[in-house]
Formats: sequence, structure tokens, C-alpha cells
Amino acid sequence: MANVMTASLGGAALFVKPPLSAPAAFDEMRGGDGAVRPAYAELASWLDGISPEGLLQRRREAELLFRRIGITFAVHGEAEAQERLIPFDVVPRILSGAEWGMLARGLEQRVRALNLFLKDVYSQREILRAGIVPEDLIFRNPLFRPEMNGQKVPHDLYVLIAGIDIVRVDAETFYVLEDNARTPSGVSYMLENREIMLRLFPDLFSRHRVAPVENYPDELLATLKSVAPASASRDPTVVLLTPGVFNSAYYEHSFLADKLGVELVEGRDLLVRDEVVFMRTTEGLKRVDVVYRRVDDDFLDPLAFRPDSLLGVPGLMSAYAAGNVTLANAVGTGIADDKAVYSYMPQILKFYLGEAPILHNVPTYCCRDVEDLAYVLDHLPELVVKEVHGSGGYGMMIGPKADRETLAAFRAKLERQPHGFIAQPTLALSTCPTCVEDGLAPRHVDLRPFVLMGRDRVRIVPGGLTRVALGPGSLVVNSSQGGGTKDTWVLDG
Amino acid sequence: MRIRISHDTVYRYESPPAGVIQVLRLTPRNHDGQYVIDWRIDVSQECRLDSHEDAFGNLTHTFAAAGPFTELSVLVEGEVETRDTQGVIEGAVERFPPTLFLRETALTAADPAIADYARAIRGEAGDGMLDVLHALLDRIHRDVVYDTAPTHAATTASEAFALRRGVCQDHAHIFIAAARTLGIPARYAGGYFRRADELVQEEGGHAWAEAFVPELGWTGFDPANGICPTDAHVRVAVGLDYLGAAPVRGSRYGGGAEALTVALHVDQAARQMQD
Repeated sequence: MANVMTASLGGAALFVKPPLSAPAAFDEMRGGDGAVRPAYAELASWLDGISPEGLLQRRREAELLFRRIGITFAVHGEAEAQERLIPFDVVPRILSGAEWGMLARGLEQRVRALNLFLKDVYSQREILRAGIVPEDLIFRNPLFRPEMNGQKVPHDLYVLIAGIDIVRVDAETFYVLEDNARTPSGVSYMLENREIMLRLFPDLFSRHRVAPVENYPDELLATLKSVAPASASRDPTVVLLTPGVFNSAYYEHSFLADKLGVELVEGRDLLVRDEVVFMRTTEGLKRVDVVYRRVDDDFLDPLAFRPDSLLGVPGLMSAYAAGNVTLANAVGTGIADDKAVYSYMPQILKFYLGEAPILHNVPTYCCRDVEDLAYVLDHLPELVVKEVHGSGGYGMMIGPKADRETLAAFRAKLERQPHGFIAQPTLALSTCPTCVEDGLAPRHVDLRPFVLMGRDRVRIVPGGLTRVALGPGSLVVNSSQGGGTKDTWVLDG
Repeated sequence: MRIRISHDTVYRYESPPAGVIQVLRLTPRNHDGQYVIDWRIDVSQECRLDSHEDAFGNLTHTFAAAGPFTELSVLVEGEVETRDTQGVIEGAVERFPPTLFLRETALTAADPAIADYARAIRGEAGDGMLDVLHALLDRIHRDVVYDTAPTHAATTASEAFALRRGVCQDHAHIFIAAARTLGIPARYAGGYFRRADELVQEEGGHAWAEAFVPELGWTGFDPANGICPTDAHVRVAVGLDYLGAAPVRGSRYGGGAEALTVALHVDQAARQMQD
């Protein structure tokens, strides 16, 4: 039953212990002792009243609805980037109001610290001078953007949209698995999952007080407008910049632009003149104040980054440096979600906020550290090893499931290039009841809440995207490798 | 030495573009070895020239010229008083600690061939960092033949090294890649060079490398010429590689093929008053 998921909507990897050594995973409905936990009371009784066939029937209906709506996901490495549905599980994942309250406080704290860290590493570098984060970890990191050094960004905010991946191991303990501070994706699934659930199970909603998520587009738009440059008009113009239809998340880009009521543009639709960004419209040029960009740093401006990029806007960085446009997220935020930097998050939080973290990291061994490396090499079969700059579950090794050759290959990689890796213990991740072929079964889940950091305030829609490992035998369960999603309910009060 | 520079780049378009946008790194700054007496940039089309300092401390000018036009010229000219400092750079704008200049870039990544080459040279040169750098300078100058034919602006250090041919940019990239693999911070420097032999100038300026030597600070090495920069060098911009210090990065909206001509004159200025 050991599932590892690396739900890869641009993101995290989850791990569970192998069956033999594993303590029973914490089930979010049944708890540790088999008694139904209060938040799940209504759902449990509802599930008791529905037959396995009935449940499968509802799953087919959900699938039909998704096909009609058309939510798809291009799979990495598959020929011609075939698009397919991400499996959707009709059994919701439920968090109590108290659990969510703690998570929300922890998320806000974390994203505040990420922003202060970014401002610092691109200006005063106090955290480096204080010796808290090693200088070469930043300066030699490909995710650090020297071009951003000393550049003022509007309102000193870098990460406006964050996706923080959370895992749970028992009733009290949630860990941050990964910070996504570049262009986190998946929020369209959160919104569509809720829409489908509302259509399919109005009765179930009537038995719960589920906090809404439908206002996410409004919250996002308010956040984006709040960070418009000072020179913008009172009603700033926001656009969503996409790499285009061949990008794996294009569906989400067009979905969000539509929900936000803003223009979906490609690089060629924008131009820069006298350090101001304009959009070509049928009525001529229109000034653009905020670019919600889903194009990676490298491709954003051929005059500043990759000169061969056709996806970007020539001169965008000069308009940005002049303070005439806000990019969301800022350029160079990748340094904050680097996995080696992640291991310093407790110290980073303390340094900038003087607070202890509300949400803890998964214990992490930084292989650049000699002692940590020695431990990792001694315990390789028990650990999960990740490339520090990797994402989406690519370039990692799950010790308990790795064969001898894989272990040997990673051992060699670690010895050759320890700076490139971190390691973490395998965790017994929580499970939620999930609809499988022969009825309900516990399956491992994670959670990606979306945190919006505006100039005025932080906005977090209650819930997020729950990803679920569906296959009972499979180990790596990516959204590209058989992972599914669930609607996430946060109960009011 | 008082050096007078006139650098005119002319673009001619087969069919007129709707617009051109360029970022220029064509303005030298002062440091202990050079003093900019006067300098100007003249773009032939009507446009606003916005001046900034980039993240590395280089002066940039950005303009967007709206078409249509069939010709665009960017003329930079001015005079710089230089002094020979044996390549040692003092009093320059520094925005980063030396560690940053150990970063690898696409153009300066050392492949195993460059890494082996660098290690072998260090093995022969001994332990002193300055000795190693001078050995790199001599060997690259000797081993990589000056040849404008086989390489272009996007040629990497590894590609040029495999050919053992290239222009000053390639020499600089190979030097940088080799120095960094030996753990020595190194960077790219672009500018102008006055040739004493009055021979034809390189098209579009000159390039060399700088390496950080703890007891000296940043120190120039010009592997294309096999020397440390002298008062014949005018330093304009530095970066991690060519792209970071490129004199011109531009983009054109529409239009047909373009033809580029560069007229560059780097001369010793007449000592008008004193003589």
C-alpha cells in the first residue's frame, strides 16, 4: 500500500515508508484509533449510506463533467504532449476550522519571511553577512538572478502568489514539504473541483458549512491591482502572460484570465516603449501596469535573459527596473524555493520575523554539509534524495523503493556533487478515504494552499489543492504519473 | 594615454521595421586606470535614451525607436584618459563579492576538455594564483588561434576550445571557464583596445577577462593579445560572460533582412593644449 506521490503540478514529492517498517499512516477520517474524527462525522455517515456502485457511478458523472469542461494536463515526456484528464476523486478531503486556522497563520508567516528574504538577498544581504545562510549557496545558485541585484520592485513584494506544499503525519503535525515561489500552478483544479462537487453533491454541501473558494479570482485580482506601480492609473491594467498553447499549463492560464476578466497575452502582444509596457489592442496601444506572468524568468526578456527566447517581451526588464510595471511574481524568486535554501527556513523565519515557525520543515539533510552527507550516505536506503533545483519529482530517489543500481548511481552522484542534493526521511503521510475500483480505500494525500500577498493584506482562500496517490502499488504518483486530485473542504466554525 | 574612440554602428533594413528596441552597454565609467573626459551616444532616429546602472554597475542606455525607417545608426564617441596599472583594477564600481563570479553560465561552462586543460596548466605553473593565471593567459593565447571565421556571438567556451579558434570573445570565455573550474572568480570585460601597430580593428570592440586575485583585487587578462590590459585598453562593461556585458542587445519588430556595418576608430588623441 505504500504510495509515494510526487504530484507534479510543478511541484512537490511525497513519500511514505515501505509497508514493512511503516507505522500505520494517520487516516484523516478514521484517526489513529479507527474512531471517526469530528470533521468527518457527516461525511462518514453519508459514505455509509452509499454503495460502492453508487460511488463509482458518481465518479463517472464527475469525469463526464470534467470532459465537458475540458480540464486537461499535458504530460511531461509523452509523445506530442498528449493531454489527458487528471483523475478526480469524488470523496472530499476535510479540514476543521481550527486546523485551517493554524495552517493559515503558518502560511502567512512563511510567505512574509520569503518576501523579506528575497528583498534582502537582492539588496543589503544582511542574512549572508550574519553568516546564517552561506554566501555561495546564494551566489552560485542558478536560481539566484544577479540581474535583480539592487533593483527596486514595487512595494518590495516579490512573491505575490505562492503555493506551499503541505503534508501531514498525525493529528497535530503538518510539515511544509516545499515552497513554490515562482509560478505555482494547480489553482484551476481547486476551482473546478469545487464547481463539480457543488453540482454533483448539493445534498452533501447542505449538511456541512464549507468555506467558499469561488472568490479566489476576485482575491487574486485585488492582490494584483494592489501591487501596481505608483505611476499606474487608479484602476490598473492587469494582463496574464502565457508562453502559449504548447505550455502544459495553458489551460490554467486561459481559465484564470477568463475568471479574472483580464487579457490573456503572449509576448508578441506586448511591447515596451520609453520603459513603459503596452498591449496591442484593436483600439491601439494600451498601457499595462501589472503582468501576472506564467513565463519563466529565462524567457521573459531576450534583451536581459536568453537571447533566443521568442516567448518574452524585449525590454520588459528595463520597464521593470524603471518601476513602470509590476511582475507577479518578481524575477528571481526561485532562490526562495530552492530546496537547499528551504533547509534554512527556520533560521530565515527567525532572522526576519523573530518568530518560531508555526509550520515546520520536513527534517532535511543538506548534502553540502560534510556531516549531513556522511549520514545520508550511511542511510541511503531509508531516505529520499532530491536534486536541489529539481521540481515535479524529477531527478529524485526514493531510498526504500530504489533498486541496487539506482542506489549506487545516487551514491556516486552524491559523492561527486554533494551541493546538488538534499535528503529527507521518508514520512508516513496521512491518508484520506478515496474511491477506488473495489470501493473506498485510504490513499495518501498532500495539500497545496495558495497564498496571495498584496500590498494591503494577505489573502488565503480556505483550502487549496489536495493531491492524492491513487495507485495502490505505484510508488511515484505524479499528476503526470497517475496522481489525482480531491476537493478540499475547510469547515466554518 | 589619451584615447579617442568613435564607434558607429549602422543598420540598413531591406524593408522598414515597425520599431527597434536596444539596450546599450557602451558607456565607460571611471576607475583608477581610466578617466572619461567626454562621451556621447547619438541614435539617428528620434527616440528617448534612458540611462541606468545595471546590476553589475555598468551604465546602460535603452531606447525604442518607432519605425518605419530604412536605416538606423548608433554612434558612440568620446575621449578617455588611461593609465597603465598592469591590469589591476582599482576604484571601479563593484556590486558583488567575488564569489558571485564563480557562477557557471551557458557561454562559460567548462566541459571536461577545458577542465583538464586548466588543471594541467595549474600543475605546471605551481601554487601561486597569479602564476597560474599568467600561465593560462600565455597558453590560451598560444593554443587558440585568432580566427573570425568559425565562431559567432553565441559560441560557447567549450565549442571554441574544441576548435582551438576564435575571436577575443572566445579567448575570454575560455579563460573565464578555465579560471572558474580552478576556483578562481573570473568575469568578462568588454571595451576598446588601441592597437599600436595601426592594423585593422576588430569589428565591434574588444573583450578580455578579469580574475580576482586576493592580494591584488580584480586583475585583467587579455588572452587574445597575450597580455594584461595596459593603457591601450578602455574598459566599458563587465559581466559573467559576453551576454552580461554585451555592447548591444536589441530586438526588431517586423521588417526584412538587415545589413550591419561598423566603423570603429580607436586612436591616440592629439595632445592639443600641452604640445
